[in-house]
Amino acid sequence: MVVPVKRPSPLPDTPATYARSLERIEVDLLLEGIYRHYGFDFRSYAYSSLKRRLWKRIFAEGLSSISELQSRVLHDPNMMEKLLLDLSINVSAMFRDPAFYKCFREKVVPVLRTYPFIRVWHAGCSTGEEVYSMAILLEEEGLYERARIYATDINEVVLQTARNGIYPAERMQEYTQNYLRAGGTSAFSEYYTAKYDAAIFSEALRRNVVYSQHNLVTDRSFSEFNVILCRNVMIYFDRPLQERVHTLFYESLVPFGYLGLGSKESLRFSKYEACYEQVDEREKLYRRTQ
Amino acid sequence: MTAVKEGFDIVAVGASAGGFDALCTLLARLPADFEIPIAIVQHRAKESEGLAGLLQDCTRLRVLEAEDKETLERGTIYVAPPDYHMLVEEGTLALSTEGLVGYSRPSIDVFFESCADVYGPRAIGVVLTGANADGANGLKRIVERGGQALVQDPRTAEVSVMPASAQRLVPRARVLTLEEIAAHLAERDRLHRRSQRSRVS
Repeated sequence: MVVPVKRPSPLPDTPATYARSLERIEVDLLLEGIYRHYGFDFRSYAYSSLKRRLWKRIFAEGLSSISELQSRVLHDPNMMEKLLLDLSINVSAMFRDPAFYKCFREKVVPVLRTYPFIRVWHAGCSTGEEVYSMAILLEEEGLYERARIYATDINEVVLQTARNGIYPAERMQEYTQNYLRAGGTSAFSEYYTAKYDAAIFSEALRRNVVYSQHNLVTDRSFSEFNVILCRNVMIYFDRPLQERVHTLFYESLVPFGYLGLGSKESLRFSKYEACYEQVDEREKLYRRTQ
Repeated sequence: MTAVKEGFDIVAVGASAGGFDALCTLLARLPADFEIPIAIVQHRAKESEGLAGLLQDCTRLRVLEAEDKETLERGTIYVAPPDYHMLVEEGTLALSTEGLVGYSRPSIDVFFESCADVYGPRAIGVVLTGANADGANGLKRIVERGGQALVQDPRTAEVSVMPASAQRLVPRARVLTLEEIAAHLAERDRLHRRSQRSRVS
């Protein structure tokens, strides 16, 4: 029997004929130009996935080389805005990795309960789904009144989405399941109003959230926190940059403060590993111990 | 020069529907002293945990679920975690939550292409059973960059669509049964170790 095979469509990535060493030079020049002209520093981003995203933009614009993209980006701020969205991955979900939130409820919340005031930094918050998740969790645990969530991202466009708190209604079913698996104690639908194809999240959840632009690569710490969440942000950084950000987080955490990372991120490759204890054997929740 | 050319830095394996049994058969037949790092992208539901543990029961080699920036080590098998793309940087694995590619995350094409870019002729790509065309483009890229391509014989695959797609797009690929793929890899590894030794001496 002959199996009908659809010819797969080619992917946006380096053309086969492109010399790898030349590509590296062009990428370095582009990133240097962006840094010096716009101040966004992508020079220490993980190369393989960064390069894929550059080529995606190159093909979308009908261009054929990284140098052509460089010319467009440096002369056209609108192109920079597009590329900024491409380069900062904005994939998120409410209660993404429900087990993480469940663990947070069970192992971190009891400690937070003993504090008069709780400062949370959500670094790289993207469009805010996980910020609302944390606000809901703290609300249900009776801690939200004394909490302040500082939610930051490099990208002003996604922060505006986060402030608006309007998400596609079609995702609510998935989020409701995540919410339940994360140990939610109420009905998820109480937190939003559905209108046509949009779900608008309750104003009350925003009352203790402060959104602001902050660049993990170039900006300093701006306070001391009891909890820092930075999930699936540093996977786009190379190891030296990850280490710099770990320094920033370490210096921004109060003694015995908590650090939450993405489920496949690790402190194993950092010199700060010894400064934390892992709160749970599965979830990437760490407590600063020294 | 010839000796160095025989060395490999990665065996990249892509599998989809029917993949677990195929992987188990393949890995069980590799010698216990197999050295070249093996990295596997197996399509699966995003909630599915524990593939690494199940595969560990099939092989004497060490099996790990990849974490971000994990160093590729000899004699180790890495499995892409569900719901992340896996890529390589020089000597390490990198993860990404970028959008689905070809309806998949992880995508075999994404992984193979980064292997081709980073390792060129020092990469071996293997496409196993599956019901979609993922992996074909990536395998093509591996061959274009001088690497080797192996495809499970579609007639012996639980689901033939994926290996048949790869075979069609990469006519130069060797089409083999799982047992033959294992034997071929073992032979490459033997040459690889000899080339490593000759490089040292």
